[in-house]
Amino acid sequence: MSAQRVFMKGNEAACEGAFRAGCKFFAGYPITPQNEVPEYMSKHIWDHGGTFIQSESEVAAINMLMGASAAGARAMTSSSSPGISLKQEGISYIAMSELPCVVMNVVRCGPGLGNIAPHQGDYFQATRGGGHGDYRTITLAPNSVQEMAQFVYLAFELADKWRNPALVLSDGTIGQMMEPVDFSEMPYVEPPDKSDWCLNAHQEGRERHLITTIYLLAEDMAPVHERLVKKYERIKKAEVRYTDYMSDDAEILIVAIGSPSRVARSAIKAGREEGLKLGLLRPITVWPFPYGVIRQYAESDRVKAIVVTEMNWGQMVEDVAMAVSGKKPVHFVPKHGGLTFTPEDMLEPIRAIRENPMNPETLWVQT
Amino acid sequence: MEAVPEKKRVTVDGQDYELVFGRPASLTSKPFTYCPGCNHGTIHRLVAEVIDELGIQHRCVGMASVGCSVFSYEFFDFDFISCAHGRALAVATGVKRVQPDTVVLSYQGDGDLAAIGTAETIHAANRGERITTIFVNNAIYGMTGGQMAPTTIIGQRTTTTPEGRDEHRIGWPIRMSEMLALLPGVAFVARTTCHDAKSILKTKVAIKKAFRAQLEDRGFSMVEILSNCNVNWRMTPQDAVNWVGEEMTKVFPPGTYKDVFAEDQEKARADAPSKTKAQSSEKTEV
Amino acid sequence: MPIGFIEILDDTCKGCLLCVAACPKSLLHQTKKKINKRGLYPVEFVDPEGKCNACRLCAIVCPDVAIRVYKQPRKPKTEQPAAAEAKAG
Ligand SMILES: Cc1ncc(C[n+]2csc(CCOP(=O)(O)OP(=O)(O)O)c2C)c(N)n1
Ligand code: SF4
Ligand code: SF4
Ligand code: SF4
Ligand SMILES: [Mg+2]
Repeated sequence: MSAQRVFMKGNEAACEGAFRAGCKFFAGYPITPQNEVPEYMSKHIWDHGGTFIQSESEVAAINMLMGASAAGARAMTSSSSPGISLKQEGISYIAMSELPCVVMNVVRCGPGLGNIAPHQGDYFQATRGGGHGDYRTITLAPNSVQEMAQFVYLAFELADKWRNPALVLSDGTIGQMMEPVDFSEMPYVEPPDKSDWCLNAHQEGRERHLITTIYLLAEDMAPVHERLVKKYERIKKAEVRYTDYMSDDAEILIVAIGSPSRVARSAIKAGREEGLKLGLLRPITVWPFPYGVIRQYAESDRVKAIVVTEMNWGQMVEDVAMAVSGKKPVHFVPKHGGLTFTPEDMLEPIRAIRENPMNPETLWVQT
Repeated sequence: MEAVPEKKRVTVDGQDYELVFGRPASLTSKPFTYCPGCNHGTIHRLVAEVIDELGIQHRCVGMASVGCSVFSYEFFDFDFISCAHGRALAVATGVKRVQPDTVVLSYQGDGDLAAIGTAETIHAANRGERITTIFVNNAIYGMTGGQMAPTTIIGQRTTTTPEGRDEHRIGWPIRMSEMLALLPGVAFVARTTCHDAKSILKTKVAIKKAFRAQLEDRGFSMVEILSNCNVNWRMTPQDAVNWVGEEMTKVFPPGTYKDVFAEDQEKARADAPSKTKAQSSEKTEV
Repeated sequence: MPIGFIEILDDTCKGCLLCVAACPKSLLHQTKKKINKRGLYPVEFVDPEGKCNACRLCAIVCPDVAIRVYKQPRKPKTEQPAAAEAKAG
């Protein structure tokens, strides 16, 4: 791929981002709407000196990733919601082993088999660890094909920097749509050398390398927990990322990620034409979550209300409400079942909120 | 850790003696923490001896599974990773594909390999992963306190089959070696036991062949070793090893179920010109 | 001189008695004379008549590598120590 600007699908762009980051191992299992990822990987990863395995299940895929990562490779898997549930066991072990890896979730509608339409029902799962035990995964939320590539690229960097799994929380719309991607800021890199801790065949003359998650004695486990917690605290300080759009003079601030954040931009443009002073705050990392900047908006006299739009029953809105901590009314505008937003779906409740910032129709009340 | 350091030679009353049986170098100095008489220890030693003899200690990477051998990495002296229950062969696949120069070993119990990890086992074998699996079949879940395993034999009492395993309620003991032998990706699979010195020596021969299959890039290899869990079987160690030899072997017949090396020889014999064929058949008769 | 003898690592031995049954010369014995660090009774090697032929059977069945076997070198005196040691290691 010589041209720097290429027109491609979100799922394929994610693979190109991975290749540029030096991804050498991919394991995955087919599930819509992310099939383009294993398909593209199976075709191209070999040219980048990597290995592709179509695993027998998502459980196997994530455990293969654990092995590949322990052996020192930059490794990635992808799936969609039901498959990500199966990966949670492995993600927990990988987090506890402090191994880097990248997991992409092209979220579809659940629970259960649900449907293959885009959705955001896996926000809690992604941002609260997802599997058993007390851990966190760095989670990036792209909203364009460009960002699919860019965030996978960045996820590899962050995963290695912190020796922690990094998730890319996409959705069916972003995965499936086609847009031009500019790769000029994603040069091919050599993956970092991990021979000081990875498992390999060069053990002569060095201490053996051990990777484990078991500490039977509480006294042994407690310091490990403490180390992990300190790491998570450092990640929270260092890695919060977000962007905003027309938010400098906004009176109503929309908070959205993924495909709804694209609709929000159209809603903001249309709303401003009719005199609604709208702006957007879009978290790029949903863990760590940009609590601080949202709190600043909430504390500004200009901002009258904060509106969270999600394709679920209300997940990220809890993080926003936590950031706002009662300083301004928080409203929630959802879409269910795999239905997608139109700008009007957002503007209609926003007009009512402008009339009455405490409008009970959409007011988010913590129960 | 041992109070008495190992001496390669000693002199007693003017007579020189040399050590002919000691601790293999591929084991750490930590004494095993298994119950008295448990064959997990025997099997660890055999694996370490084979690794020493093949000179591959510094290339070996072990997969510790979940079961009584969850701490096997404390006893084997090379790189190790501990895996989730049943997932050792998926993790092993990742390691081996990324570092093909490693010699990858998975050490798994019957619950780990033949219940929760059945899919990972069958598919790693079917892909012909260059991995060597040591499968310790003790017909029970040792670590969790003696529940039924997929390999528990009919009539055997466990804490979850208090009246003995009843095939009409819970099915039959699963024969992994026979099943895996059907897969083209498998280069070597044998079932051996550890109930007496002779069977232990045979087990070592099988383990060596299994590693050879990996080293010569032939495919997946596994040795299923019938082992005792005297504590949960509520027997003395000697009664337990006798039960392995007398009862378990009836349900799990020892033998070589797949052997690419033997197949090679057979093929060579069949392909050879008639003269050498005659010679070789003479030889086999002798 | 006996052909061989064994050394039992008292603190490693768990008293499982598998070696006792394995020795063809019945040179290993259960004893309650001493108790080891684990609180178990290690077995004892008693060979006043020098019957041990270093057959290793006891060590082979020992699950805990608690037995070391020593044997007279096969060819007396003309050995090359370096090669012999490399093999043993
Ligand atoms: C996902 C999961 N389920 C259950 C367990 C509990 N568990 C630990 S060991 C074990 C059984 C191990 O039996 P086996 O593999 O036969 O090994 P053995 O102890 O007999 O050597 C179980 C069920 C676990 N650790 N993880
Ligand atoms: S419980 Fe059974 S398998 Fe586990 S160490 Fe004890 S005897 Fe061995
Ligand atoms: S080496 Fe042989 S003869 Fe000597 S004690 Fe052991 S089993 Fe008995
Ligand atoms: S077999 Fe080993 S552990 Fe068991 S009694 Fe004999 S020396 Fe001790
Ligand atoms: Mg078992």
